[in-house]
Amino acid sequence: MTAPRTTPATAPAYPLRLGDDALIAAQRLLQWCARAPQLEEDVALANICLDLLGQARALLTHAGELEGRGRDEDTLAFLRTEQEFTHVQLVELDNGDFAVSMAKLLFFTTYQELLYGRLAASTDPALAALAAKAVKESAYHTGHAAAWTVRLGDGTEESHHRMQHAVDTIWPYTHALFTPDALDRAAAANGTGIDPATLRPLWHERITRTLKEATLTVPDDGWAPGGGRQGIHTEAFGYLLTEMQALHRAHPGARW
Amino acid sequence: MTAPTGPTAPTGTDGRDAARLREALATVHDPEIRVLTIEELGILRQVDITPDGRAHITITPTYLGCPAMDTIRADIRAAARAAGYPQATIDTTWSPPWTTRWIGAAARDKLRAAGIAPPAPAPPPGARLLPLAATAPRCPLCGAADTTELTRFGSTACKALWRCGTCGEPFDHVKEH
Repeated sequence: MTAPRTTPATAPAYPLRLGDDALIAAQRLLQWCARAPQLEEDVALANICLDLLGQARALLTHAGELEGRGRDEDTLAFLRTEQEFTHVQLVELDNGDFAVSMAKLLFFTTYQELLYGRLAASTDPALAALAAKAVKESAYHTGHAAAWTVRLGDGTEESHHRMQHAVDTIWPYTHALFTPDALDRAAAANGTGIDPATLRPLWHERITRTLKEATLTVPDDGWAPGGGRQGIHTEAFGYLLTEMQALHRAHPGARW
Repeated sequence: MTAPTGPTAPTGTDGRDAARLREALATVHDPEIRVLTIEELGILRQVDITPDGRAHITITPTYLGCPAMDTIRADIRAAARAAGYPQATIDTTWSPPWTTRWIGAAARDKLRAAGIAPPAPAPPPGARLLPLAATAPRCPLCGAADTTELTRFGSTACKALWRCGTCGEPFDHVKEH
């Protein structure tokens, strides 16, 4: 599709970072596959992974087309090195116990739902169409994560304690979702993207509502690790990426 | 590329050829909901014949990560080949986004007859999903209204699993989307 000349150009790195967020979140979450506490939960998490992977494929494909150097979704997912990935560290963190996984899912998919809701009005028609589709999927993801957060937080003494610990552990990593850099600011300025800082008030309001319902305490803002957008990742990411890319690197172009 | 909002009339250099091809493609069944065709689900958006006589088909997947899309594309290619168009190109468009509102009344009846509860009519604008509190579908087997959601994420991305309180049977429900 050829964009009209009046449309500002989308920087390829912009959909790429959003695609990296979705891809690595999917890859990490699918480690629950065949390990979830119940069969229904196993199916639910696999479904969510599939949605996230679908978002990642569309976003990486779009980034590759914008870039115009012939890199498709597979090249971008399987042949980049660790420091070329620009997702936030939140999505690569180990799954921990089920409470940690649900805290990550709640924080991340609530961000995604708000992000996609706004990106549906992007001046980039392809990005707008993807976002309008993805926002409906995200609503199911946040509903699922919120339901578990409430069930565990307002459950037994043990589940409450572990859910609070999960929220406290993951909270610092959420700040990077809302910290704009030059790329975000440029995308917001030309209408192709949005400034993520503008999402935080509504995100905080929604998360606070869920945590209160779950009888949990909203953590104070303090330590705010960052660097994911610049390719700086935690130790956990190297292991995840190696496993994700091993087959493709050993057998380039392998097909089922 | 045009962005159709509902089933559209065929276009192209020869409308009748495109209409015939569309009829042929409309027989392709969804691999996961086998009682419905891709036409009835609203996945098949546009069928054109290019000036040099090639088929140009536009589809809109139901979900971004729908794993059935590769099979659907292969089935469309096979149907186009059988209809005399070996060189079909298939475009995917996400705009307007797929919605269960595109599933018509006859298709909803087919779903019900197959034991699958169809999606409810469109929710009012601005309505949001509440955790574990979706609109309850009627049981497609006995018609009872006292049904319970077992899991919102069912056998495929587009379905949830429910159970009837009257006949006790579990059933699939195509989620409103």
